[in-house]
Order: sequence, then structure tokens, then C-alpha cells
Amino acid sequence: MTLKNEKRNMIFAGLVIGVIASLLVLFGNPKNMGFCVACFLRDTAGALGLHSAEAVQYIRPEIIGLVFGSFFMALAKKEFSPRGGSAPVTRFVLGMFVMIGSLMFLGCPFRMILRLAGGDLNALLGLAGFACGILVGVFFLNKGYSLKRSYALTKAEGGVFPVLTLAVLALLLAAPAFIHFTEAGAGPGAMHAPILISLIAGLAVGALAQRARLCMVGGIRDLVLFKETKLILGFAAILVGALVCNLILSGTTGTSYFHLGFADQPVAHTDGLWNFLGMMLTGFACVLLGGCPLRQLILSGEGSSDSAVTIFGLLAGAAFCHNFGLASSAKGPTANGKAAVIIGLVAALVIAGVNTFKKENAK
Amino acid sequence: MTTVDARGYSCPEPVIMLRKAMMKKDAAYTVLVDNAASKENVTRYAEHEGYTVSAREANGEYTLTLKQ
Repeated sequence: MTLKNEKRNMIFAGLVIGVIASLLVLFGNPKNMGFCVACFLRDTAGALGLHSAEAVQYIRPEIIGLVFGSFFMALAKKEFSPRGGSAPVTRFVLGMFVMIGSLMFLGCPFRMILRLAGGDLNALLGLAGFACGILVGVFFLNKGYSLKRSYALTKAEGGVFPVLTLAVLALLLAAPAFIHFTEAGAGPGAMHAPILISLIAGLAVGALAQRARLCMVGGIRDLVLFKETKLILGFAAILVGALVCNLILSGTTGTSYFHLGFADQPVAHTDGLWNFLGMMLTGFACVLLGGCPLRQLILSGEGSSDSAVTIFGLLAGAAFCHNFGLASSAKGPTANGKAAVIIGLVAALVIAGVNTFKKENAK
Repeated sequence: MTTVDARGYSCPEPVIMLRKAMMKKDAAYTVLVDNAASKENVTRYAEHEGYTVSAREANGEYTLTLKQ
């Protein structure tokens, strides 16, 4: 595929993904949250009882769809390739801190774009912090940062994560008593599109993101590292697709899907410093992981055990966020959350340093 | 001919490894990668640097030959 075609496909994928994300809000998802990999994993962790924040408990079918969209596309394109073994525990820890940073800001990088597309200017501070975090990560990449190589694994190992995802889908459909769902009106967890629509949306976005190699953190990273614009085109195209669709929906439905400003934004707070620092932690840790939370889901569908472990880290991070009172709310960040983000930034610096400036070059 | 073995590494590391190797300004390089995204990224970077790239695939591994 020529570069021109790759860029054209990336813009197409981004526009379609932006429109799908906007439409999911029309069908019932929380505003500016057609997709949010961090929020949706957090909701899923709550539904499974890993935390007990009653406002945010629901098995989000979009997550299941993303994994399977990627899985089926990878199988069809003969790109399903089980591999792993590249610093799994480090990836787990980084996944936890990506979640802590995201829930300080209230959104993963994907939702950050969707918040911008909904007119939420707080996301500009998030974007600035995200870019700074990526720049710090790029500094270490240029100095030789690496979590070392992965190795080929068996097809059986590669299939475990998709099977687990299928089991979670079964729990959603069967809804046994031990699965927790937010009661109607009790919080964002109760706001969701019908299961089938969410699932199809996830499948479509998962398949498109797999083909385009879409990654929110890769856009700014590759622009700085290699002056390569392909990935950032996807980032921009999602923004344009969602923004245009939000404006059209606002004009045709009588409900506002675009509200420009800082105050009174849906599922957001106005503390600029902590929006900045939360996304700085997320951007930095995502560069150290090699991709944003969306990309980790896509790679786990392609058979990456390292990415599957990262997803487990994100889930554990979400549980800690609500069990320890780290997650922000519309009222703002918490003292515990601020401490956790600082600890996360220090931990990410240590992980980056240890894996950059080491004497041995172990294979 | 310099060989860059980037098997097992995922983006952006194979491109960083190649970029480092290209400081020697050889006329030809062989790059080994084992996933399609890395193949695309290495190809794009090498073409941008003025090399022509030919790829050969066997058992999920790609051998990319870069020539100026």
C-alpha cells in the first residue's frame, strides 16, 4: 500500500469512527462519551464487582466489539499473531497508571478528542498535558528506552483473551445477580446505547482501527520522532467527524450535542492543572507501553499477550481508582487522586529511566 | 549491507533501530520484522529516506531489503 493510500484510509477510518462515536451518544451513551476506553473498562470493572462505585457499573459492549472487530479483521488478513513476553509486569503497572491519569482527567485519549468535538475546552488542557507526556516519553525513546522484544506464542495463548472477552459478553447477556449494573438515573453507568448497537459500533471501530493501525498517542509521538503525519491524521479526522456529526445532530434533534466552554461540561471538571497532569501521566505511560488504551485493545485482539496484560492493568487501575477514591468527579479531583497522579509520574520516570539507562543489553 | 533485526519489537522501536543504523549511511540494509504494522512503518520511513524497499514474507516474518 502506498503512503498516499495509507493516509487516505486513515482519514476515512478516523471520520467514520468520529461519526460512530457521536451517534452512540444519540443512542444513549453519556455525552461526549460515545467511546472512552478508560471509562468503559472502569464501568466493566464495576459490573464485575472489582469496585463498588454504583454510578459507574456496566459491561460496555463497545469494549467487547473492539476486541472482536480487531480479532476478526486480523484473522481475515492473516495478521493474527500471538506473541508476548516483553516485560509483562511492567506493562501491567503502566496500564494501572494510564487508568489513574485518565480518571483524573475523566477520559482516555480517545474521549479527550470526543470532549473537544463536543466543545469541552477543558480537554484543551488535557491535550496540552498529553502532548507534554508524549514529549517526555519520546525523550526516553530517543535515548534507547525499550521493554525488550516479545516472542511468538501458541495460537491457544493468543485465543485466551478473546475467549475471556466472550465470557464477559455472556455475563452481560445473562445478567446474573452477581453482576452489578447502575440503576436508571443513578449515574453514567446507566446511560448506554442498546447492546446490539454498542456491539456493532465496537466491531466496526475495532476493524477500522486494526486496519488503519490507529493510535491516539502515536500521532503526536511519530510527528515528533519521525515527522510522520499518518497517525495524527486519524486523530484529526476523528475530531472532525465527531464535531460535524455533533453539530448536525444539534441542528436536527433539538438536543444540544455541542456546548462550547469550560463550565458545565458532561462528565468533566474544570481543574485545569489536574486535567493537564492527569493526561500528562497518560501520555507518558502510553508512550512507554507503545500505544494508547484503544490500541492496546486492538493489539490484544490480534493476539498480543503483552497488550492483554496491559488491559488487566487498566482494569486493576480502575478498581483502585474507585476503591481508593482516586477518580475525579464533576466536582473536581480528589486529594488521593492528586497524590496517585504524582506517584504515577514518578513511577513512570523510574520505569523509563531503568529501561533506558541500563548497562546490560539483555536479549 | 547492515542487518537490523527488529523481530519481536513493535512500533515505533523498529523505526528507531533503523534510524540509528542509518547513521552509517550504508547503500543497502536488511530489516527483519515480524508484524505487518512494523513492516509498513519501516517501509514508509525507508522510502522517506530515499531507499527503495522490497519485502519478502515467510512464516509471519518479513525480510525488508532497502536499497538506495
